[in-house]
Amino acid sequence: MFTKLNPRELSKNPVIFITAVVSVLTTVLAVIHLVTGEPGGVFGLEVSLWLWLAVLSATFAEALAEGYGKARADSLRSAKAETPVRLLASASAAPDSAQIVPSSSLRAGQYVHVAAGDLIPTDAEVVEGVASIDESAITGESAPVIRESGGDRSSVTGGTRVVSDWLVLRVTAEPGGSFLDRMIALVEGAERQKTPNEIALNILLAGLSLIFVLVVVTLRMFAGYSGATLSVISLGALFVTLIPTTIGGLLSAIGIAGMSRLIKANVIAKSGRAVEAAGDVDTLLLDKTGTITFGNRMADALIPAPGVLPQDLSAAAWLASQADDTPEGKSIVTLVEAQSRSHPELPAGATAVPFTAQTRLSGLDLPDGTRIRKGAVDAVRRLTGGDLPAALQTRVDDIARSGGTPLLVASDTRVLGAIHLKDVVKPGVRDRFAELRAMGIRTVMITGDNPLTAAAIAAEAGVDDFLAEATPEMKLDLIRKEQSGGRLVAMCGDGSNDAPALAQADVGVAMNSGTTAAKEAANLIDLDSDPTKLIEIVMVGKQLLISRGALTTFSIANDVAKYFAILPAILVAAYPGLASLNVMRLASPESAILSAVIFNALVIVALIPLALKGVAYRPSSAADLLRRNLTIYGAGGLVVPFIGIKAIDLALVALHLA
Amino acid sequence: MQTLLVDLVYLAVLTLLAVPLGHYMHRVYEGELPRGARVLRPVEHWLCRAGGPGTLKPQGWQAYALAMLAFNAAGFVLLYAILRLQAVLPMNPGQIAPLSPALAFNTAISFVTNTNWQAYSGEAQLSPFSQMMGLTVQNFLSAGTGMAVAVAVVRGLTGPKSQTIGNFWVDLIRSVLYILLPMSVVFAVFLAWQGIPQTFGPAVTATTLEGARQAIPVGPVAGQIAIKMLGTNGGGYYGVNAAHPFENPTIMADMVQTLSILLIPAAFCVTFGKMARDMRQGRAIFIAMLVMFVAGLAVIQWQEAAGNPLLHLAGANMEGKEQRFGPALSGLWAAATTVASNGSVNAMHDSFMPLSGLVMLVNMEVGEVIFGGVGAGLYGILLYVVLAVFLAGLMVGRTPEYLGRKIERREVTLAVIAFLAMALGILVAGAVVATLPAGQAAVSNPGPHGLSQILYAYSSFTGNNGSAFAGFNAADPLQAILGGVIMMLGRFAMILPLLALAGSMARKVPASATAGSFPTHGPLFVTLLVGTVILLGALTFFPALALGPVAEQVGLVAGQSY
Repeated sequence: MFTKLNPRELSKNPVIFITAVVSVLTTVLAVIHLVTGEPGGVFGLEVSLWLWLAVLSATFAEALAEGYGKARADSLRSAKAETPVRLLASASAAPDSAQIVPSSSLRAGQYVHVAAGDLIPTDAEVVEGVASIDESAITGESAPVIRESGGDRSSVTGGTRVVSDWLVLRVTAEPGGSFLDRMIALVEGAERQKTPNEIALNILLAGLSLIFVLVVVTLRMFAGYSGATLSVISLGALFVTLIPTTIGGLLSAIGIAGMSRLIKANVIAKSGRAVEAAGDVDTLLLDKTGTITFGNRMADALIPAPGVLPQDLSAAAWLASQADDTPEGKSIVTLVEAQSRSHPELPAGATAVPFTAQTRLSGLDLPDGTRIRKGAVDAVRRLTGGDLPAALQTRVDDIARSGGTPLLVASDTRVLGAIHLKDVVKPGVRDRFAELRAMGIRTVMITGDNPLTAAAIAAEAGVDDFLAEATPEMKLDLIRKEQSGGRLVAMCGDGSNDAPALAQADVGVAMNSGTTAAKEAANLIDLDSDPTKLIEIVMVGKQLLISRGALTTFSIANDVAKYFAILPAILVAAYPGLASLNVMRLASPESAILSAVIFNALVIVALIPLALKGVAYRPSSAADLLRRNLTIYGAGGLVVPFIGIKAIDLALVALHLA
Repeated sequence: MQTLLVDLVYLAVLTLLAVPLGHYMHRVYEGELPRGARVLRPVEHWLCRAGGPGTLKPQGWQAYALAMLAFNAAGFVLLYAILRLQAVLPMNPGQIAPLSPALAFNTAISFVTNTNWQAYSGEAQLSPFSQMMGLTVQNFLSAGTGMAVAVAVVRGLTGPKSQTIGNFWVDLIRSVLYILLPMSVVFAVFLAWQGIPQTFGPAVTATTLEGARQAIPVGPVAGQIAIKMLGTNGGGYYGVNAAHPFENPTIMADMVQTLSILLIPAAFCVTFGKMARDMRQGRAIFIAMLVMFVAGLAVIQWQEAAGNPLLHLAGANMEGKEQRFGPALSGLWAAATTVASNGSVNAMHDSFMPLSGLVMLVNMEVGEVIFGGVGAGLYGILLYVVLAVFLAGLMVGRTPEYLGRKIERREVTLAVIAFLAMALGILVAGAVVATLPAGQAAVSNPGPHGLSQILYAYSSFTGNNGSAFAGFNAADPLQAILGGVIMMLGRFAMILPLLALAGSMARKVPASATAGSFPTHGPLFVTLLVGTVILLGALTFFPALALGPVAEQVGLVAGQSY
């Protein structure tokens, strides 16, 4: 915190830098007054003390905000141990021909061999082998994940550990450039650069400070014309209380705290710009699977064929799914057990018939020779021959039309009925989308399903639009089309074929489980690989911007009260009648000036928790948000300092300090 | 009661006239001329051809700004030459001598920048040629410049994504040819009917009450007055401006002239709404302006009607006012002329009550954005809109945007530059003058009233208003030169950043509004905009005002006058 008092550090923040300069000036003047015995020395020191406190509060806020990131960086650094690795001459070289080298010497393009128990030395691509990897050091998720060559699960991250089997890796990161290195730098704030909006705000604050330089300097000249000499210390106090020290002091803390909130949510932002952009997002592209629906289709209903008892159908469906380990199969078992509470015993001697690509059926052969089968409609019909009963056919068509998948269950050649498999929309997403709509964000569902299915799910989930039978090119086109209308687009993805769209999107979130290409293209990485995070990221972005705006408004509105405290105090020397501007009835000119500078310093301290936590944000329309925040921070900013300054003045008088 | 009625009728007629005029202006700038105006089209085409091919292509903001600067520089040189050479130029029946270099500089700048500060006394120091070919021509052209810039700025904010913001020559020609000229002709005829002279005849002589013979010069007055009012110029034919019976002969003429001050500025709000394809945007700005105007007007009317408590007289403050107009019409004119950077007067502002003076100062110091100058008021308030949206816009959780365009680093920087220029012109120049002995000598009263005079003068220069607290001697060379420089600063340090801002906004893709975008219409935004204007204005100028009119007022309450 005190290292931040270094002038070079301070100069990054124009408002606080000017405050420090004025503090030095008033301190020096106060000391000169004390030495020469001129009056006002003690008062000058008191004022200077509080001016310094404002500077310290600002640096303290920043140090506090950085605390969380630093702690997280330390834990990450422990995963980045120096280990010996087995370097292979080529991808196909035998493991025992490996040369042992330190992990820090690895270069991109080299091949290494890792086996169970080894730490993955750096970011790499699997070229051979399958292994389970413990990624908890990075994601905090303890369940191991499978990594294998080819496809979208071929990238491994430095710092993770091989739990079983072995892999041959091709190193993709140069020393110091691995994902882990970048993450450490990012969470530590070493690479923190001011974001575009933060820069713009800083310019405005610097401009306002410059205007107040003119105001205060010319005030001394105007007072001179009016026959009064204003002391530099009083003018310094007026100046510091006028410039937006509150927001100036807390601005960088707000930014760092916003990044920390993301880190806590296990999201790594590769740039602050992306976090800001997240607040601006107009269109969210959401993958259907995993975000809107559970990953798999689930059994939703059983429809008996005419003349079949429901319990016969459930029993057959239950039996046919016993050997089916797919999520669909399990969901049929679950459905039957939930519906009937009782289920048939699995007869001893029954043989499971697994799904094959040829029959496209699965089921069970009972000891009595009965063959229970389930499968897609055409596969079962091929087995049973002939048309379905008209009533069942209608129901099957209805299921298909509603976006579901019908399965048929047959016992030998008799069709018992249908199972309605459907994409189950996650509970709560509908409300979430309604919230997003209220915030003015359009949601577009991306799915590989046919338009019919997509439309049904879109309607059920309450998204605004959908892109069916989506290909990576279509995604990219959609993003470009939205952007050409001036809208900002956010999306998440994990596959290599998502990379172009992730790069094109204003906010691209890559799943940590995804490919290196996707992670390179994205500007945010979700370590939990949870696509619904996108919505949280948008909220964090909005909260960041709101916190900045609220404190800026508050800071500027505060100035009115400060004028009414300090101006009458210093201008009565010119015209005693101006004492009538002392609407707060502050005890004396000295106590008025002191109260204002004390309030100015204390308000920074008081607002640190708000800056770190962020202004409370409830999703609602911009008009509602504006009304609410303008009332709290605008009107509040006008009123609060009148009360605060008066209270401090009363306290000063009570304590005989002024 | 009568005052209230006058004010209400005034505001109602203003609003009723502004709407159709705003629609008409929109059609003019879009090039879709109404039938009646089409007769002037050949003139436009002829003027446009005069520049040669290629000059009429859409311009980027730099080219637009360069054309505007070149045109204004040429106008300055020409006017300066006329004022210095008027003795040898024709139409000088009164054998009037040339203006001194300092005064000619000040006057030329003053008319080119649409300030029309009169450091000279028109009828005594200027020949009819100088008035007509010099001042009146500049009255049209400086007003046209302001209107053109406003249209270009609005185009940048509201048009489709583009590298260009229109063409200065086209905008200028259309402003003058289709809007200012026809309106001035009609208005001049009306004024002549009311009794304002429009003649090249010799001075008329009159016998005063004391029996002295007085020669009152006359000239082509009505024509000059028409554009002086409509173009928010304010530089009258006579030194005492619209307090002169030949410049403001009847109550009817007075009312209509007061109306004409705010007419085009108010109509620009409507034009803006049309160009934004969202009338609510223009309406919000109009209402914000109206609210601020009415608030100031109410203070003036109240203060002037209440009169000076030290005089122990029942009745209004009549010092410096024409008996014919009384406090109501004088107060209304004073409010209108200070908000609109017109600067014409029908009473002596120096003699108004301190709080009325405070209101007039604030009207100018916020940057002439309450209706403001023709065009200048609109682009001025858009500067505040940008600042207000940037400050409060973050509170809705998005990068601030106005009309679908993001306000980013470049726009904020430009807005801050323009804003700094205002503080520089009023505070720094005012403080320098207040400190220099030569500056202190220019005021007629010591103490806070003298400071008010200085502040008024430099607020008037910076805001390109042109009205004065009468006691201030602006004709001495220091004031003439410094004043001229500050008028230029107030005009171009505002126009250039705003054109740059328009150019930068034009290059952005406008996004359509959603429930998440910052609403820039409706009462909430009006409150925010008014709050920003008042707060930023108050924060910048309150300390100086405290030592001027505020000190004067508290002294007055305590029984002391300055």
